[in-house]
Amino acid sequence: MKPTPSDQNKAVSARRSFLQRLGLLGAATAVAPALLPAISRAKVTALKGVSDEQRWGLMIDTSKCATGCDACVRGCHDEHGISSTGNEHTDAQWIRKIDLQDNLTGQESSLPMMCQHCDSAPCVDVCPTGASFKRADGVVLVNKHTCIGCRYCMMACPYKARSFIHEPVTDQKSLAPRGQGTVESCTLCVHRIDADDDLQPACAVSCTEEGHSAILFGDLNDSESDISIAIAKHDAQQVRSDLNLNTGVRYAKL
Amino acid sequence: MIDQARYETLAPRAFSYPLVLIACVLLAGVGAYCALTMEHAGHSITGMNNHVVWGLPHVFAVSLIVAASGALNGATMASVFGLAHYKPVARLSIALAMSLLVGGLLVLVLDLGRPDRLIIAMTTYNFRSVFAWNIFLYNGFLIIGAWYLWMMMERRFNQYVPLAGRVALAWRIILTTGTGCIFGFLVGRNALDSALLAPMFIALSLVMGTAVLSLAIIALNRWTAAILNEQLIDSLSRLLVWFVLALVYFSVVHHVTNLYVAEHHEIERFTLVGRFSGVFWIAHIIIGAVLPIGILVYKSISISMHIRLIIGSVLSLMGGAALLYVVIIGSQSTPQSLFPGKTVLSSSFGDADIPAYQASIWEWGLGIGGVAFALLLCLLLLRVLPLLPESLTATEPRQ
Repeated sequence: MKPTPSDQNKAVSARRSFLQRLGLLGAATAVAPALLPAISRAKVTALKGVSDEQRWGLMIDTSKCATGCDACVRGCHDEHGISSTGNEHTDAQWIRKIDLQDNLTGQESSLPMMCQHCDSAPCVDVCPTGASFKRADGVVLVNKHTCIGCRYCMMACPYKARSFIHEPVTDQKSLAPRGQGTVESCTLCVHRIDADDDLQPACAVSCTEEGHSAILFGDLNDSESDISIAIAKHDAQQVRSDLNLNTGVRYAKL
Repeated sequence: MIDQARYETLAPRAFSYPLVLIACVLLAGVGAYCALTMEHAGHSITGMNNHVVWGLPHVFAVSLIVAASGALNGATMASVFGLAHYKPVARLSIALAMSLLVGGLLVLVLDLGRPDRLIIAMTTYNFRSVFAWNIFLYNGFLIIGAWYLWMMMERRFNQYVPLAGRVALAWRIILTTGTGCIFGFLVGRNALDSALLAPMFIALSLVMGTAVLSLAIIALNRWTAAILNEQLIDSLSRLLVWFVLALVYFSVVHHVTNLYVAEHHEIERFTLVGRFSGVFWIAHIIIGAVLPIGILVYKSISISMHIRLIIGSVLSLMGGAALLYVVIIGSQSTPQSLFPGKTVLSSSFGDADIPAYQASIWEWGLGIGGVAFALLLCLLLLRVLPLLPESLTATEPRQ
């Protein structure tokens, strides 16, 4: 039986409706991946109670930091289950010690260098998947589930503060999950500072236990906090302040 | 502009065709094996480390990606600038461009620490990242390339070829700018932090793309037993000279402006007279620029234009890859200046040292495998689609 003009109109209308729905479905599919992570991040942030009322940071007093002492490095490695792979060039370097000499005065100093938890973090800007992110309280982290191991953040970091995991990882600690093929860096011991306001990052604790107390941890947003007072007193500097990254780690008497 | 020339699939008559095909399959297989081994054992088996985080695979990948953008120039010349002698190779130009891009992306993806998470890279975007923009640019290039080719192959749509050509031209300029910006946006590395890298990458893409297209045309001409169009050879030779000159211009301006800035002096010393000076002066400037220009310009040398173009193309490809080696690996080998006015006495992470980088066999295998895969893909496209004119000499429309 030949279709009537009415049947043809219905068919055209049905096809148009189908195509419109298909278009809507396509648009939703395109937009959803962009929206879902934002929604889920918002929930996680709310559950953790992380807010921008605090901005966690460190102040390093280089006059107290002893040459040859690496207590902060050992403390960090013990805390996060980091051990040497036997290849110093591929070993994870969450924190390292650097000894310096001023070219003009000859004065020597020693300091630890780690992720500077920048406010305008280049690693966060360049990460294609958003795996590098900054929490509301200023802590810069890597989402180990969405890091694809492209290492662009390592190229972008002015401080060489990030490490790529080149080897299979064994004996991980549950508080510091690590994964071969992903990038990691200092977390400012979020597992400690989130658990208890009185807990300090492992590097600061180790430094104090060693008797140097060169690493001070605290809230940079609180003008009455010990760290804010010390930064103001010593006019503590940012490393590569020319980049204007507003780092969360400051150095006194550099 | 309706294309009335007849096109055919690649029907190889030469004995070398199956040999090339087998070689491509084998090398692509070697590349796949290397990628699998790297993923299983970790990147510790490569020469890359926490100092030099991008290595030889990135030189191969970026070479292929910029060459892809430049290889499309053959189609652009015909569709946008109306040069009839490029029309017979326009379809080949698009197929080659798309194949090179796929090969480059494959190397890039297989070098990831977690290539199994590619789906995350394709669905989760940080729009502040120039890398994320590039994912759109690369996918867009493939879509536009396919559309451009379709408009050319479907006679009903031939009227849209100039439009597709213009869109593709604009897109590839943006794409190569984006690739240059991947490096140019790295503010923390003095060797790279320059907007000049974007136009330099455009010039580089034109050099490498024209060289690859020229070699492809000459190779295919041998297989299809057609006599090469002298006008096309002459035009490609002249274009290659101009593009090499443009690349050298941007390279020279980049280094001269750096020499003017005191904080960049150490990097320039490192590049121009230090460890990478041999790669820069001998490979990039002499082999990649002086020699090809000399061979292509001085006609008194008694060799045919075909041979001149082959030699000029191979040399400029080597020079382009050398420039990328200096840009990608040289920039990471320079110690990052964290404390201006101070000397690093010691560091537990070698802050004062120049890191060593020696590419491993796995990286060579992955990179060469990517090139082989691109060639294989191009040959397959030529084998199944009518992309080649019955004769590459067919500049006049035929019924």
